[in-house]
Amino acid sequence: MAAVGDLQEWQRESGAADAPAEPKDYRAWQTESRGDNPFARITDTVIRIVETPKPPRAWYIALTISLCWVACFLVAVSHLVWNGIGIWGNNNPVGWAWDIVNFVFWVGIGHAGTLISAILFLLRQQWRTVINRAAEAMTIFAVICALMFPALHIGRPWLPYWMLPIPNQMDMWPQFRSPLDWDVFAVSTYFTVSLVFWFMGLVPDLASIRDRADTTGRRLIYGILALGWRGSARQWHRYERAYLILAALSTPLVLSVHSVVSFDFATAQLPGWHTTIFPPYFVAGAIFSGFAMVNTLLIPARQFFGLKGLIEMRHLEQMNKIILATGTMVGYSYAMEFFIAWYGASPYEQFTFINRAFGPYAWAYWTMVSCNVIFPQLFWFRKVRTNIAAMMVLCVLVNVGMWFERFVIIATSISRDFLPSAWGYYVPTKWDFITFLGTFGIFFTLFLLFCRFLPMIATAEVKAIHPAAHGH
Amino acid sequence: MTDSSENIPVVKEPEQVHGLLAEYETPQQLISAARQVRDAGYSRWDSYSPFPVHGLDPAMGIRPTVLPWIVFVAGLCGGTFALFFQWWTSTTDYPWIVSGKPFFSIPANIPITFELTVLSAALTCFTSMLLLNRLPLPAHPLDRIRRFARVTDDRFFILIQASDPKFDARETAELLARTGPRGAVETVMEDTHSSATLPRGVVFGLLIVGSAAIVPFALTTLARVSTSTSTRFHIIPDMDWQQKFKAQRQNSFFADQRAMRLDVPGTVAQGELQDDDHYYHGKVNGSFAKTFPPQVEISDQTMARGQERFGIYCTPCHGDDGSGQGMVHLRAKSLMQGTWVPPADLRQDTLRYKSVGELFDGISRGVRNMPGYARQVDVADRWAIVLYLRALQHAQGARIEDIPESERKGLE
Repeated sequence: MAAVGDLQEWQRESGAADAPAEPKDYRAWQTESRGDNPFARITDTVIRIVETPKPPRAWYIALTISLCWVACFLVAVSHLVWNGIGIWGNNNPVGWAWDIVNFVFWVGIGHAGTLISAILFLLRQQWRTVINRAAEAMTIFAVICALMFPALHIGRPWLPYWMLPIPNQMDMWPQFRSPLDWDVFAVSTYFTVSLVFWFMGLVPDLASIRDRADTTGRRLIYGILALGWRGSARQWHRYERAYLILAALSTPLVLSVHSVVSFDFATAQLPGWHTTIFPPYFVAGAIFSGFAMVNTLLIPARQFFGLKGLIEMRHLEQMNKIILATGTMVGYSYAMEFFIAWYGASPYEQFTFINRAFGPYAWAYWTMVSCNVIFPQLFWFRKVRTNIAAMMVLCVLVNVGMWFERFVIIATSISRDFLPSAWGYYVPTKWDFITFLGTFGIFFTLFLLFCRFLPMIATAEVKAIHPAAHGH
Repeated sequence: MTDSSENIPVVKEPEQVHGLLAEYETPQQLISAARQVRDAGYSRWDSYSPFPVHGLDPAMGIRPTVLPWIVFVAGLCGGTFALFFQWWTSTTDYPWIVSGKPFFSIPANIPITFELTVLSAALTCFTSMLLLNRLPLPAHPLDRIRRFARVTDDRFFILIQASDPKFDARETAELLARTGPRGAVETVMEDTHSSATLPRGVVFGLLIVGSAAIVPFALTTLARVSTSTSTRFHIIPDMDWQQKFKAQRQNSFFADQRAMRLDVPGTVAQGELQDDDHYYHGKVNGSFAKTFPPQVEISDQTMARGQERFGIYCTPCHGDDGSGQGMVHLRAKSLMQGTWVPPADLRQDTLRYKSVGELFDGISRGVRNMPGYARQVDVADRWAIVLYLRALQHAQGARIEDIPESERKGLE
């Protein structure tokens, strides 16, 4: 066994103990000996946001506005639970209105996070490392917002567990062959896996915060969350393998989720819904809207939290290129829907599409086409792609357009189906607006809290791709 | 320069040394140091870094983890279970016919099978990663080395444990010193400060919360196995009690005490006024009309419509030619039950000389065994049928002179 005396003796003899050892004032030593170590610089830039006693004023302003909307949401939901979904504008025939539109909208937003964290990881796109943490967080918050809508739309929001296969006194099981039940499984799996993936990525960075903490509270909370991570190479080995496997699992998962969401429509007999192009079309649209939302969130975040050195213009430009590509795919899908309506020679299908573009909802249709297909084409120009103001405006427009896409698909098809006697027109009430804007409040509140209390950038991953990490 | 008693804690028991720690500034130094430690034949040692250092695994001689196989098996189990569970619930436990489809149909059961495969694989992947890494690990001897805190920041470390069979305080320290560490090779003592047991307050807190959590389940179980005379406890009343009166109930608000009310006298439902006697009832001044009402257009279009409606509603009994030899009649005759009233031959003289109004009335209100068709066939269509019937009667009794000259050739 190790003899301490031996060791001390050897150290005295060899003079090894003369090298700089641990000083008494650890904090001071830590700051002075950091030099221009690139790894330390990355840690400082990112972790400082969590450690600083006062976040920027813009953060307080944004949080106040978001919390006001959360309050509005709570009022709207209380009103809804008390009075029923009659307070919304849903009618007969438009029984699926804004609630489903908003659900698909939010789920779609979420897809960008998984795409960045999983698909771009498998494709070895290293530029993703600076944005993946925030994008994954956005995914989780967007799915939380999405889940509000089906839960509220069922009318009795205290019974959503009926959708799960739980043994009950009625001895009944959910209908596993219904696309609506597929949705339950797909979205809840997606939420769980995204959360696990996100949390796993956070662990090494939480350990960073723990190790730098100068207050007991912070050391305790982040210490518990970091699960005792100490960066052992044997642990990193399994960690990296697990990360790769999760990425490989998330990739088909993310594609399946929006495909399953599109099955809610595609398996119906309704003209305008009953199309085989829906799964890829929905997935492309989801990525399109999600990337736009990532940009919308990251542009102010990098501005206010001093992350411009890490989230560079080239990263935003890459995002804009993907927005351009997916926007064009979405445009292709719109054109293909019209082509199939003509080529398929079904008079109902043809009517639906002519009605979509020139009927009572033409205003919504053309808003969608301009925001999703026409405006993003400006991203062909490098000047637009690298201009903060221009990309902010375009990204917001893309999200407006993608919301309208879901509205157009749902409202135009369902309001005029086979029987003219059953036609109707949908008009939202003020409660529809408040509920929808309220979920934006939830989304931004969660994102702002994330910016303040969790590392916004995956420092371990950024360090690993830094040139200093493999300069051999 | 350094007082060794400050650098290396004085300990009573030599067994309390956990290992020796060396610090490095760059990943490259770490890799070369790891190679030397590996080549020296150590087995119980580890490197520590703020990020996964590429090339370190072979330098340390780390063998590939078994994790992918665990995940593969978990995914397989999850998928199989999902498929089996869907099959069992819908064919065995609660067979439930939906749209006449089979109880189990693989394609429609695939989405949930896929999702559960991914879910079980992903959750297993995360938990196995933690378990194989022996996480969560609240305390570690390295936590007491203050400069080790920078392992999650910018520094790299190698720790050789004292429990390694090759460990020798002096030799190992010299080996580490040769690898060019930053600062002194440091002795890491076993953690005798932190305790493996939780603080008493936390234990009591958990016990109280844990016992309180059992209460609702215990009450539920109790309610399930016992009987009670009090009504069910409704947390949310749903729509079990509504303010309404059912049809046959008593209602003291009305003089006759009945909840069910008659329509106000003279009430006419929308579209049911039917004040045109000729059109709606086939009568003019109380007797059957001899002419078609002005609303009925005598045209090929009306005739075609009448033929189509006749084909749908009349031919089953009266036959295509109105002879009364329809499919229903033939079937009834073949059964020979004796109660069957045969449908009328629509070509017979009594019917040929009936006025159009009377024919309309017959279709609307029924004749002998034939029910009225007013509910199935709307007014315009009934008149179209009458028009077609007139043509049919004429055609069935037609002579060669009735056929236009040009058509006669084909018949002869």
